[in-house]
Amino acid sequence: MLKLLRWLCGDLMKFGEFGGRYVPELLIPPLEELENAYNEIKDDESFIEKLNYYLEKYAGRPTPLYFAENLSKKIGGAKIYLKREDLLHGGAHKINNTIGQALLAKYMGKSRLIAETGAGQHGVATAIAGALFGMKTDIYMGSEDVERQKMNVFRMKLLGADVIAVDSGSKTLKDAINEALRDWVSSFEYTHYLIGSCVGPHPYPTIVRDFQSVIGREVKEQIVEMEGDLPDCIIACVGGGSNAIGIFHPFIEEDVRLIGVEAAGKGIESGKHSASLNAGEKGVLHGMLSYFLQNEEGQILSTHSIAAGLDYPGVGPEHAYLKDTKKAEYVAVTDDEALKAFVELSKSEGILPALESAHAIAYAIKIANEMERDQIIVVNLSGRGDKDLQIVMEALK
Amino acid sequence: MIVLERSLITFITAGDPNIDSTLNFMLTLSKYADVIELGIPFSDPMADGKVIQKANYRALKSGTKIKDVFKVVENFRDYSKIPVVLMSYYNPIYRKGVERFVEDAKSSGVDALIIVDLPIDEAKDYLKICEKFEMGTVFLAAPNTDEKRLKLIDSASSAFVYLVSLYGTTGARDKISETAISLIKRAKGVCKNPVAVGFGVSKGEHVMELIEAGADGVVVGSALVEIIEKYGEKATIQLESKLKELKKPLL
Repeated sequence: MLKLLRWLCGDLMKFGEFGGRYVPELLIPPLEELENAYNEIKDDESFIEKLNYYLEKYAGRPTPLYFAENLSKKIGGAKIYLKREDLLHGGAHKINNTIGQALLAKYMGKSRLIAETGAGQHGVATAIAGALFGMKTDIYMGSEDVERQKMNVFRMKLLGADVIAVDSGSKTLKDAINEALRDWVSSFEYTHYLIGSCVGPHPYPTIVRDFQSVIGREVKEQIVEMEGDLPDCIIACVGGGSNAIGIFHPFIEEDVRLIGVEAAGKGIESGKHSASLNAGEKGVLHGMLSYFLQNEEGQILSTHSIAAGLDYPGVGPEHAYLKDTKKAEYVAVTDDEALKAFVELSKSEGILPALESAHAIAYAIKIANEMERDQIIVVNLSGRGDKDLQIVMEALK
Repeated sequence: MIVLERSLITFITAGDPNIDSTLNFMLTLSKYADVIELGIPFSDPMADGKVIQKANYRALKSGTKIKDVFKVVENFRDYSKIPVVLMSYYNPIYRKGVERFVEDAKSSGVDALIIVDLPIDEAKDYLKICEKFEMGTVFLAAPNTDEKRLKLIDSASSAFVYLVSLYGTTGARDKISETAISLIKRAKGVCKNPVAVGFGVSKGEHVMELIEAGADGVVVGSALVEIIEKYGEKATIQLESKLKELKKPLL
C-alpha cells in the first residue's frame, strides 16, 4: 500500500488541483498514447512546419490586430483593438485546434475523427479538417442543437462528415461529449477524439491551449509593433475557454489584466446562465476537476446562453486555476448586453461578431470609458456573427 | 468482508423507478445473488450504455438523493447480511465530501465502493479515507490495462478487482468475447484479490463461460435493469425468473 501511494504521488500534470484524468480505466491507455505522441511531435521541426503551412496557406494566419477606432472614439476611453479570429477559414478560432489535432491524429496513425459540438462551430471546423486530411469524421451533437442549428448540420454534411444526434440527458453539448467518450472507449484504436475546447482529461486541456496560443503570440508581436508596448488589458469570452486561454497564455506572467467573460444568460440570479466560474462549485466531469454548475447532490445542471458556444456547465481547468490564483479575473455578461454589443460593433465598425465574442465586446465597452485614452484593450474577436443572424433577428423583434 | 467464489453479483440503479421499490428489488436479488451492487444515479453516466443511462434518468426524476440510497441499505440490513457494494461516478461523492460520504456509507452498512471515473492515479486521498473507515475498495481493470498497472490496481483494491470485459460501455451483448476470457486469465495470474467480470453479461450461459474461464464472480446489470424498465415497480416476478437462469450454472 505504501509503495502504491508513493507511486501515485507522481502527479499528472495539473493546474494546481485542477485538471487531472478522471476517466474509466479503458481510456487510460489511449490518453497515455495521445500524451506520448504529442510530446514526441510538439517540438518537432517538421511537424511545426507542416502545422504553420496549413495555418498560413489554408486557414489564413496570421489574423490582423485591428484598431477599432470608431468604437473607441464613441466610447471615449481606452483604445480598443480587435484580434480578428473571425477572419479565419470556417469563421472562428476553432480551426487552429482542429488542424493541429488532425495532424497529431495522422501522426498517430488514426483514420477517423470524432468530435462533440454545441452550436456546430467546432463540428464544422472538425469536418473541415477531416475533409482536408482525408479522414472519416463523425460529429456528436445534442438532438436539441441539431434542431436549432440546421444550417451548421447541413454544412457539416456537405463537408463529408456524419452528424449523430444525441438523445440522452439534456440533449445538448455536455451529452454530446458523453456520447463521444462512449464512442471512443470502443474505437480508440483507429479513432482520435478531437475535443474542441480546453476541457476534458489530461492531456487535452494542454494540447488545445498550445494550439490556440498562436492567437496570443501573434497579439504580443502585433501590439508591440503598433503601440510599442503590451496592452493594459485582454478580454475574451469563456465557455469551455479555448479562445480565452489561447490569447491569455503568452501574457500570464506579464503585467496585463486578463479578463474572461462568461455568459450570465438571463442573469446569474435567474439560474439560467452558463457562468461556471462565477456561480459554479468545484467538481469532476468529463475527465477533469474544475468548476461546474451543479446542485448539492453533485448532479450537473442544464445551462442557458444566447450564445450556443458558451452553453456548457463547466470550464477548462486552467481557467479554474487562473481564477483561484487571481492571475485572471472572470466576469459575466447577460444575453441582452451581448446583443447590444453585437449591434454596436456591427454599426460602428461594420463587423458582425459571433454572439460568443459579443460577450467580450460588451465587457470591453463597459470598462473602456473608465480607462485612460492612452490605455489599450485587446478583445479576442473569436468568431464571426453570420451563424447567429437567425437568433439575433428573433431576439431583436 | 466480501468473499467471491463462483459468485453472482447483481446490479441495479437505486431509485429506479423509485426508491421504495429499490428495497423490494434488493430483497428479491438477495435470494439469488451473493453480492448486491447498487448504482447511485448521476446526470452524466458516461461509462454506461443506453439501458443504464435511462435507469439513471428515471431515478433522478423520481427525486432519489444520496441519503435515500444510504437509507435503503440501512433498511436492507434489517433483513440481510449479504454484501452491498455501491457504484457511483465521482462527482456526487466529491461534492458531498469524500470523507463524509465514506463515513455515512460505512455506517449504513455498505461493504465496498466502486467509482467508475476515479482511476488509481487520482485516488490517493480516497484510498487513505477508505483505509481509515475500513471501507472496501474495488478498482476496475480493462482489456487494455497492462501488467504493471494491473498490479497497482490489485494493490489499491481491498475487496475485489472488477474486470471490464470489453471495449465499450455497459449493456447486454450476445456473446462473451475472446477479450474477456484472456483478461480473466491474465488477471488471475497477477491479482491477489478475487476478480469479478462485468459489462455485456446477460445470460446464464455467459455466467457459466466466465466462471469456467476462472472468474471468481460475475456481474449482471443491464439485463436486470431492462426488466425493471419494462415492468416498473412490479418487476419482482420477472426479475426472479431471470435470476434463476443466471444462478443455475453456479449451483
